[in-house]
Amino acid sequence: MTAPAIIPARGPADRLTALFWRRPRLLLALLLTPPLLWLGLVYLGSLAALLLQSFYSIDEFSGRVVPEFTLKTYAELLRPSNYDVIIRTVLMSAAVTIGCAILAFPIAYFAARYARGRWKAIFYLGVMLPLWSSYLVKVYAWKLILAKEGIITWVASATHTTPVLDAILALPIIGGNSLSTSYLGMFAVFVYVWIPYMILPMQAALERVPTSMLEASADLGATRAQTFRTVILPLALPGIIAGSIFTFSLTMGDYIIPQIVGNSANFIGMAVYQLQGTAGNIPLAAAFAVVPIVIMLIYLTLAKRAGAFDAL
Amino acid sequence: MTSAVEFASVTRHFGSASAPIKAVDGVDLTIAEGAFFAMLGPSGSGKTTCLRLISGFESPSSGVIRIFGEDVSATPPHLRNVNTVFQDYALFPHMNVRDNVAYGLMVKGMSRSARYARAEEMLSLVKLSSYGDRKPGQLSGGQRQRVALARALVNEPRVLLLDEPLGALDLKLREAMQDELKALQKRLRITFVFVTHDQHEALSMADSLAVFNDGRIAQIGTPEQIYAAPRTRFVADFVGSSNVVPPAMTAALGGPVQWSSLRPEATSLAATGPVTGTITALRYQGSSTRAVLRCGETDIAALIPTGQPIPEIGSTRAFTFAPGALHVMAGE
Repeated sequence: MTAPAIIPARGPADRLTALFWRRPRLLLALLLTPPLLWLGLVYLGSLAALLLQSFYSIDEFSGRVVPEFTLKTYAELLRPSNYDVIIRTVLMSAAVTIGCAILAFPIAYFAARYARGRWKAIFYLGVMLPLWSSYLVKVYAWKLILAKEGIITWVASATHTTPVLDAILALPIIGGNSLSTSYLGMFAVFVYVWIPYMILPMQAALERVPTSMLEASADLGATRAQTFRTVILPLALPGIIAGSIFTFSLTMGDYIIPQIVGNSANFIGMAVYQLQGTAGNIPLAAAFAVVPIVIMLIYLTLAKRAGAFDAL
Repeated sequence: MTSAVEFASVTRHFGSASAPIKAVDGVDLTIAEGAFFAMLGPSGSGKTTCLRLISGFESPSSGVIRIFGEDVSATPPHLRNVNTVFQDYALFPHMNVRDNVAYGLMVKGMSRSARYARAEEMLSLVKLSSYGDRKPGQLSGGQRQRVALARALVNEPRVLLLDEPLGALDLKLREAMQDELKALQKRLRITFVFVTHDQHEALSMADSLAVFNDGRIAQIGTPEQIYAAPRTRFVADFVGSSNVVPPAMTAALGGPVQWSSLRPEATSLAATGPVTGTITALRYQGSSTRAVLRCGETDIAALIPTGQPIPEIGSTRAFTFAPGALHVMAGE
């Protein structure tokens, strides 16, 4: 007896598979509908609502939102007190991004090029481990580390390097009474909290640079520095940009770290939090929230124009 | 005449000191200036490691490597006047073809206009004149290889290393490229050293070659020497799918009690002879049919020119060979 050419269907699962095989787009549509609904309606919808709100204004006497199109709210952003908040946040975000990139590169490079087997597992654990604990716990832990009575002060006095610490704290603007109440401390905490988001995309980008590419560069007479500048960096750039989008926008939107660490100077995230909460000024909060989006768009446009995504 | 590359009992071990993997094991080798030299061997035989020892991507565990008489043990790759065409070509994907070719000149600090002029010259040498603005991703495999070749040659290296240069190309392109590489080498008079696992490629392109086995050189010589007079069973078997004849059969065929080799094209089927066997396989090859004769434990291949009668599988035949075709091997 010969086996049949067509095996009879064993049940509904077989018939469903056959249906999807005949109409591949059906499966695709089924898979994509829920996330597209989420992204399209909930996410993009609320973004549109936010944008709309930012074009409204608030009646200064009644405190009620006036639903009429106006650019008055955006003009308010340019008031010195608000403008300062924006500049401060942008500078801090840029500094955190650069700090993360510089610190993350050696780690990502090691992981991509040298770590194998067990070392790779240790790398992933080491990078991800801080993400497992609560964000608030980490920030408060850092406050203790950086405080005047904290570990750093203690280590400085134990190693007789207190003058060095004092000299750093005496620096204008970034210094302060103690690390936990200075921009420097805030910078350190930001870098710590966001650095995994820089390491991972950077590592993924570096992993895709074949060893033969680096060998070819050396073979053609390039020094290590030249290879880094002309081959590694351009090829890793998409990963660095991806990481910097994370670190930049996360710092721009954060409203907890500037409250806990630092000199209580206002940041965009804090401003949004206060304006929509206590002040009830939704339009201005929305206008503030649009700022990071606009800055990110400008940043990405510039990066694209500079050829950062050519290697993709 | 100075030798272009010289290996003096070079060894390269990988892994732990207690149980090292001997990728290259005591190799002595001299490559003459201007030679088209092939390193032939199966994968894992140490030929690629030898190439990487010349380029500097590997350092010898012991022994000395000299390039044009100079000991290069302490010289990093970027200071060696040697260039490589990589197996995967390793073109820089973010640069166009012109910048790829001009890369070696760029890192040496040559001005943009000068290096672009040289790059154009090189591109016309490899017949890709109008491709300067393209990205490597827009080229075919054969074109990419030419770019890799131009990129290496633009530096005017003393020795050009090619790692399986034709491995990724299809048959037709491969044959065209063989002729082209040969002509290019004649014209430029640069020493070419290439690694391959394809015996036909090695025999047809090289003017001398080394056959590698297990990290050692099994035989060095011209293609004719290696093909006609293999020194060991391994060489006879690996180069040109020769019949390897065991000592007893060699004696039966009128030779000494030693291993010998017999080329299939020098072997023909006959009705009678000192050794008989059963036909077990027939493979049509166009100009001839390759018949396999099972004689006891040994397979003997013979070529039957097209037009002559083909025996049936399972029939019994003897074989004869041209006088002097039986080559007695000195080594094991």
